[in-house]
Amino acid sequence: MASQIPKNNLERYLLPLLLLLVWQGLCYLRIIPSHLLPSPANILFGFKDLLLIGMPPEHLLYKHMLYSLYRVALGFLTAAFLAIPLGLLMGWSARLRRLISPLMEVVRPIPPLAWIPIAILWFGIGIKSAAFIIFLGAFFPILLNTIAGVVSINPIYLETAQTLNAKEKDVFLKVLLPGSLPSIFVGMRIGVGIGWMTLVAAEFTGVKEGYGLGYMIMTARDIQRPDEIMAGMLVIGLIGLLINTGLKACESLIIRWK
Amino acid sequence: MNLELKGICKTFGNEEKGRILPVLEDIHYTVGEGRFVSIVGLSGCGKTTLLRIIAGLEKATKGEILFGGNKIDYGKNLIGLVFQEYALFPWRTTIQNIQIGLEILGMPKKERLSAAMEYVNAFGLSGFENSYPHELSGGMQQRVAIARTLIVKPRLVLMDEPFGSLDSLTRNELQEFLLQLWEKRRESIIFVTHNVDEAVFLSDEIVVLSKRPARIAKLFKVDAPRPRDPTSQESNAIKRVVLQELAEQKMHQGRTSPQDNFQTTQS
Repeated sequence: MASQIPKNNLERYLLPLLLLLVWQGLCYLRIIPSHLLPSPANILFGFKDLLLIGMPPEHLLYKHMLYSLYRVALGFLTAAFLAIPLGLLMGWSARLRRLISPLMEVVRPIPPLAWIPIAILWFGIGIKSAAFIIFLGAFFPILLNTIAGVVSINPIYLETAQTLNAKEKDVFLKVLLPGSLPSIFVGMRIGVGIGWMTLVAAEFTGVKEGYGLGYMIMTARDIQRPDEIMAGMLVIGLIGLLINTGLKACESLIIRWK
Repeated sequence: MNLELKGICKTFGNEEKGRILPVLEDIHYTVGEGRFVSIVGLSGCGKTTLLRIIAGLEKATKGEILFGGNKIDYGKNLIGLVFQEYALFPWRTTIQNIQIGLEILGMPKKERLSAAMEYVNAFGLSGFENSYPHELSGGMQQRVAIARTLIVKPRLVLMDEPFGSLDSLTRNELQEFLLQLWEKRRESIIFVTHNVDEAVFLSDEIVVLSKRPARIAKLFKVDAPRPRDPTSQESNAIKRVVLQELAEQKMHQGRTSPQDNFQTTQS
């Protein structure tokens, strides 16, 4: 059995490694022109340049990352802070659901990016409008999953609470919130994912100077550095993966009853 | 305190739409203080509905329930309910489940923890106080559920087929455990069951409900001395008459369904 574990791991990495080798080979033989798709080695050098020289120069990668993360955190946390209580209330009260749902169903399909012009009009170019766009992307998945979580709670738990004379406050804090927590986490993971994806696009148009991964990539495009574009894309993917893993870890720390 | 059911009727459905289902019809019955009463009847006859009405989870269409001569004040934890499905909160450990009623009452943390610990020990749950429900066996889960109900000291405990989904050994064990508790504490108990052996082993009185809409078809007093021997002639004699009454109810029903096969197993 023990010998199977390393072997399986090797198999997991086999295909990506092979792909990288073929890619490198095709670039080396000039079958793929390097101004369209840089080779893996070039991307690695691009990454080094982003890290040490910066894009534009002296705007280092870690600062772009911090700014982007800050915008996402601001938008995401605001969304969670508003969507979870509202979702609990809407899950609890069918009346409130009937009242709000039509409005929600009209606003929800509008892509967050379509809000950029009005966001810039309202908040100007900068952190506020970027955070607002991310807020819109994260808000609805969290809200809908919280509602679904509350609605799917087995009524027997509510009846049990009722026979123990639970007041509304107890019902919310001791039954509805813990009962819908698994679903809330699903919503938060989807929400932060959408927020992160939205961010980069928002920074394409919303940030004209300063820092941000989206802005960094657009600048690299302006001066024709596909290696740095690709390296920037990879960084975005890896950070997204990291955020998701972090939330999953939080989840298994908080939800220990599964 | 006596529980008095006075002419309880319950109808489900909407009269205006003309689709009504009468479930309970004119139930008159008094449960004396400290009595152990079992309710048996064909499945779907309305036993659970009656229990839910007494628990305050549903309203009677007609009739009145008095407890100690007054209308029941549901804000005082006078009546506890134990479900067949245990209904333990899956996100709470054993001790957190047991103490939730005290938490709702606003008892300080230290006091309620030590109170809950007493129940953990008395209910044979020590070592499992920090386990989550899914880590416990069915019998243990039901112990936790009973402890959670009893810790707020209700005067009347309603039990809806509480041992219905347990294997027969665990069921016997919990029956004896319940009797020990009851002999010490003397709450009144209304116990709904399918199992006539169980009713005969546990109760002072057995109420047989008729087919739907349910009325009280017959009342049996069980005077056999405790502890009872489930295989004694006395027990068997009571069992026989209760089963006869149920068979009669079933004949009245005309159509029968497979769930109506009453258990007369084991012990």
